[in-house]
Amino acid sequence: MATDDYFTVFGLPRKLAVDEEALRRRFYELSRAHHPDFHQGASEAAQAAALARSALVNRAYRALRDPIARVEYLIALEEGRDTREGAEARPKAPRDLLEEMLEVQEALEEARSGGLDEGARERLRAERERLAARKRAEEEALSGRAGEWDAALDAGGDRTALLGWFKERLATRAYLRTVIDDLNEALGEEQDQHVSHRRH
Amino acid sequence: MSHIVGIDLGTTNSLVGYVDGHGVPRVIPDGEGHALLPSVVAYTHAGVLVGEAARRQLARQPTRTVYSVKRLMGRGFADVEGELEHLPFEVVPAAEIVRIRVDGREVTPPEVSAQILRALKQRAEAALGEKIEQAVVTVPAYFNDSQRQATKDAGRIAGLDVVRIVNEPTAASLAYGLQRRAQGLIAVFDLGGGTFDISILRVKDGVFEVLATNGNTHLGGDDFDQSLVAWLLEDIRAQHGVDLARDPEARQELRLAAEAAKCRLSFEERTHLAIPFEGFVYRRDVTRAEVEARIAPLVEATLGPCRMALKDAGLTREQIDDVVLVGGSTRVPLVRRRVEELFGRMPHSQLNPDEVVALGAAVQAHILAGGITDMLLLDVTPLSLGIETLGGIVSVLIPRNTTIPTMAKEQFTTSVDGQTVVDMHVLQGERELARDNRSLARFDLRGIDPMPAGMPKIEVTFLIDANGILQVHAKELRTGKEATIEVRPTYGLTEAEVERMVEESFEHAEADVSARLLIEARTEAETVANHVERALTQGAHLAEPGELERIRAALAALRAAQAGEDRALIHERITDVNKATERMAEAMMDAALKGALGSRRADRILESS
Repeated sequence: MATDDYFTVFGLPRKLAVDEEALRRRFYELSRAHHPDFHQGASEAAQAAALARSALVNRAYRALRDPIARVEYLIALEEGRDTREGAEARPKAPRDLLEEMLEVQEALEEARSGGLDEGARERLRAERERLAARKRAEEEALSGRAGEWDAALDAGGDRTALLGWFKERLATRAYLRTVIDDLNEALGEEQDQHVSHRRH
Repeated sequence: MSHIVGIDLGTTNSLVGYVDGHGVPRVIPDGEGHALLPSVVAYTHAGVLVGEAARRQLARQPTRTVYSVKRLMGRGFADVEGELEHLPFEVVPAAEIVRIRVDGREVTPPEVSAQILRALKQRAEAALGEKIEQAVVTVPAYFNDSQRQATKDAGRIAGLDVVRIVNEPTAASLAYGLQRRAQGLIAVFDLGGGTFDISILRVKDGVFEVLATNGNTHLGGDDFDQSLVAWLLEDIRAQHGVDLARDPEARQELRLAAEAAKCRLSFEERTHLAIPFEGFVYRRDVTRAEVEARIAPLVEATLGPCRMALKDAGLTREQIDDVVLVGGSTRVPLVRRRVEELFGRMPHSQLNPDEVVALGAAVQAHILAGGITDMLLLDVTPLSLGIETLGGIVSVLIPRNTTIPTMAKEQFTTSVDGQTVVDMHVLQGERELARDNRSLARFDLRGIDPMPAGMPKIEVTFLIDANGILQVHAKELRTGKEATIEVRPTYGLTEAEVERMVEESFEHAEADVSARLLIEARTEAETVANHVERALTQGAHLAEPGELERIRAALAALRAAQAGEDRALIHERITDVNKATERMAEAMMDAALKGALGSRRADRILESS
């Protein structure tokens, strides 16, 4: 049971289109069945099993309820990787993006070493807006082709190329997110403490 | 079947509740009808006092009377160093957890909390007529692993199996949910004596799903009081040229007066302070506006966490259907105003904000006992959990606001040939560098068969249970052998220490109840006698003929009873003294009131001139 993948836990095919309301209802049903609260009087072994199952249900729901996390999980699953949710060490940036970002990185360096006049702040803010828009575009592109995946799965077609394309988009998005975080930090405008992991 | 009780172990007050035969959650009052047990423990010469009896010792024996111990739970000395000047009791400098020196010995915060829990346990046993061995205990949602573990340890020391740790705002939402069948997106704003939490929940069809939580475990009414004390100390210096900052008794008097004035100002615009000190009486009018100016920055500090919780929940403030206020400090009008502004809607607090958490704990206890099957609580872990990797960077294994229980697996290996031990450092927090986060524990994985470097594959499972407490298991994948883990908690008690404390508490549980009641009676007698003696010197001129003699006789009888072992007799004599002094006390009160009014009138004249 513990080796169940998240789609199986929820009784779903390995597709990217998910009815989120139905997913939540199923999550509540599974929680009612497995949550430790309802196994308090059971044997120690049964309690441990409920705990493990409940933890699996919670992780599965977290990965599936969010469209981006869902794609990330799907890729890991298709590649047979043992997944771990959450951003790992900084993602490798796509090469072209890296060059494009050189200027931003320089400005960030400057900001970190102290000097940020109002003009520089203004430029960084504009840069942040531009990158945020670009990140949204990446996300829309991902969702836009999610249907292709599901169709290919139904037709039994080759999905390798599509998988590669998803990976690229995800890497770009992750890199953009990191730079946006860095910009926020440099500008000191977001009230959050800097976090190394963010929700999608 | 014996009850599982629900306990709100608060910074200022604690309560115990249960669900009665009709499925209604109730708080259990003490013999005199008080639901709140002040979270104060006095280590007097005569013995340990808990609750109201201990609270009365705050200004009398400040160095022996421990209050707000919740703020010290699961903390290291360095965490609280900045706060020590406010605390009259002695905190022992040590590398690891906080220890308090009272009555010639050292006690840890879990042991002090255990005294409070034991008093509540006894109260519940007396009321329900059965032995109570299991409890649900609430903690601030933003409590980290060490603070939760410390709370569980306190329960064990008190002879209670803590079957579940529940987050306070979540417990409150359970009480509200049961009462009102509220549905939708709810924000619970919980500002208590020492801690602040904000939780955002989705409540639907009996499911209470926490979406995000945030807070500050060091922000509450205590901080309001401290800022007022600092202000009053300054004013006393200006008015009377006296510096009371280093006088623990005076500071406590001032703190208690400031706290009382703060509470009155929640309902009045203006109040009068008259505090007798050595050689002078400090008098001044205090307005709500003045207090608000002092506490405004602290109230402001609650808003950032609210915005972050909304953001983590992926919601905007317009989407919130209901804002619920919990905790005594939400009675402060400024707090209500700020919350209303932030969420753009009127917050509500139909249930008593002091009792709602205990009621919710009782509901959760009832769920665990199988008494309620249609309510389900899905809570989250407030802080990200990670391990330290090369270069002191944290690698996050479980992000904050993940629904619990949850687990993460990680593989470890060796870096040197023949290495048999691997150690790892587990932290909680949101920062990138290990040193900026909360160190939870170091784990040594032992018993690895000697192999070339990189060969062993040790799979470690990090599991956060429904209490928000971490469990760690490890397995060598090649052999399938369970690895032994030695845990060294950074800010906690070791298993052996807890064991020892449990044993000690059994030994000391001496004819527990009756011994404690006798101590309480004696202390009460002492307080009354001292009070009357002082009054006799100050108010002798107000006495009627023969009155002084009658009072002195009653007093002598009380002193005699106080030296004896008969608790009932002591109480009888206290009643006698109270009766004998009734008339004179009134006369003195009248005189004092006239004096106060007179001086206030004088103030006004000065103001208007």
